[in-house]
Amino acid sequence: MSGAIPESLHEQLSHQLSQVVGFIYPNEVETQWAILIVVYPYLTGIVAGAFILASLVKVFNVVEVQPIYRLALLTALAFMLVAGMPLQLHLGHPERAYEIFFTPQPTSAMAMFGFVYLWYLLGILLIEIWFEYRHQLILMGQKSRGLMKGIYGALSLFSRDVSPEALAFDHKASRIITIIGIPSAFLLHGYVGFIFGSVKANPWWGSVLMPIVFLMSAIVSGIAMVMFLYILLSLMRNEKPDMRCLDKIGLFLLVAIIVDFALEALDYIHRIYQSEESIGILAELVSARLFTSMLVVQLLLGMLLPLVILVLVRSIRFNEELRKILYFTSSLLILLGIFSMRWNVVIGGQLYSKSLRGLMAYKMEITGIESLMTALALLALPFIILSVLFRLLPPRWMEKNAPAAAH
Amino acid sequence: MNKREFLKDAILFFPAAATLQALAPAAVGKAEPAKTPPDYDATKHWYGMGVDVDKCIGCNRCVEACKAENDVPEEPFYFRTWIERYQIHANGETTVECISTRAAPPEQAVPEDPGVVRTFFVPKLCNQCAHPPCVQVCPVGATFQTQDGVVLVDEKRCIGCRYCIQACPYGARYLNPKTRTADKCTFCYHRITEGLLPACVEVCPTEARIFGDLKGKADRLVRFHRVNQISVLKPDLNTEPKVLYARLDGEVR
Repeated sequence: MSGAIPESLHEQLSHQLSQVVGFIYPNEVETQWAILIVVYPYLTGIVAGAFILASLVKVFNVVEVQPIYRLALLTALAFMLVAGMPLQLHLGHPERAYEIFFTPQPTSAMAMFGFVYLWYLLGILLIEIWFEYRHQLILMGQKSRGLMKGIYGALSLFSRDVSPEALAFDHKASRIITIIGIPSAFLLHGYVGFIFGSVKANPWWGSVLMPIVFLMSAIVSGIAMVMFLYILLSLMRNEKPDMRCLDKIGLFLLVAIIVDFALEALDYIHRIYQSEESIGILAELVSARLFTSMLVVQLLLGMLLPLVILVLVRSIRFNEELRKILYFTSSLLILLGIFSMRWNVVIGGQLYSKSLRGLMAYKMEITGIESLMTALALLALPFIILSVLFRLLPPRWMEKNAPAAAH
Repeated sequence: MNKREFLKDAILFFPAAATLQALAPAAVGKAEPAKTPPDYDATKHWYGMGVDVDKCIGCNRCVEACKAENDVPEEPFYFRTWIERYQIHANGETTVECISTRAAPPEQAVPEDPGVVRTFFVPKLCNQCAHPPCVQVCPVGATFQTQDGVVLVDEKRCIGCRYCIQACPYGARYLNPKTRTADKCTFCYHRITEGLLPACVEVCPTEARIFGDLKGKADRLVRFHRVNQISVLKPDLNTEPKVLYARLDGEVR
């Protein structure tokens, strides 16, 4: 054997080869899409979900959710800025990634995702946040000096008009963008599902329900993330969260989980009932490779348990403190469950052979580019960005500093 | 616009147009056409391969020749072609093994197992699909079908996203660790355009592999197609493979 391939890769593949059960095609030993591609749909889903939660305020006038409107928008932005990074890092040639934009391939779901991502970031999210914050940016600029004055001036694109007409226009514009934003958010994460769902070679992925399952789970994870952050921030600030708001988010979360659960159940019932050629190996995949991550973590801990908790919260009159703890617990469980769901789709789809005769294994690297460390860093990064965004664009600054006349 | 302005614009316009024209193929996402001899006309061919399952003796020489000819990494995780051995047992069960991943051939003959009713070898390779899912999913157009029907990868353009590897139903692709780009069987494109045979066909001692041109009238492959009962792998996926198997057992996927 020549030592043509890196030692660590050789070690990983040799280990994975030793874990193979049954027959696999020889090129299937390597796990092509590893932990970073698990992180990618997880982050993107949170973006879409948080935005859809925010849109409830602007488009559907759900006033109870107003206190988390800006939090949800900034959460969407923070996760959006990181969402492309795992894709970029996992490429064999990251320096050629720009080719996706310069040589558009309309037949490739992945290539078109690049455009959907850019549209959503530049066409929706940044513009929406700009209109939402324009007034505040101008006022903050007036109150600051030196460098910060310049920064706020630049962020407001040097606009100065705070006349009632201009503010009314801001309001109207942000509403219109949200209306365009809802289908865009659906497109964003539905498309991620399509990247997997359109692979006919892989029966674990190739399902017409995949985009819609991804979308619903995205909404669930986005709402759970904003709920988690809202309770966490109120704890850090030593304040009481607005319980009317939390109860309302809890209700939306409950509805979203029920729909998500129904869709996923439908997918599995359909597969089992149709019992196609692949059903035998997929059953082995679930029982031998995904038992803990799918049945225990995703289904039991990440879906059924929070579902029960949220139903109980709505049917029994718990006190505020207990409700807060229960919401906090369920949001964390849901975030864990959706991460497992991404794992079970992405990694699960690569743990059985396309010959339908064997199972592979995936040994996650601890260090390196495609590794646990990188995944953890990418999962932590949105929170760091969010803390910077909170400094730069305090969500509640207007309530404390705005001149009364402005309202 | 007076004459002077016109000339000034023209001086700028013509070199700019020429540059744009030179860049245009890159901009529309067409991969560089594969290097072929000057007198080679790709439109006149439509290549395929026939595999006579009964003739394969599992010697693995095709795999070794392929690795040597195409600089495929030696490690047992990367194959442009490989051999599978099928054993059909009396109880109806089938066991399959890839004999190409073995470190060394067995030193002694395997004793005959009375429980095995039938055994045979199946060479596998890229099916050079007429309707290739790998080409469909490539986000940058690095993998493409030539006019003579061969699916190739432009390693200067491939970004290594591995979507094509996921999309291939046959496990025929891998990520080459040396180039960090997708890699697969090319039918030895550098050889066939010179009128030579692919390396695996050249070395096969039993002529289990028949390479040919489906557009050729008196071609061996056309004759092979005519006289044998032909199957392709996973026909339900509608990839329209151009690797044609004669006397293929239904157990083979």
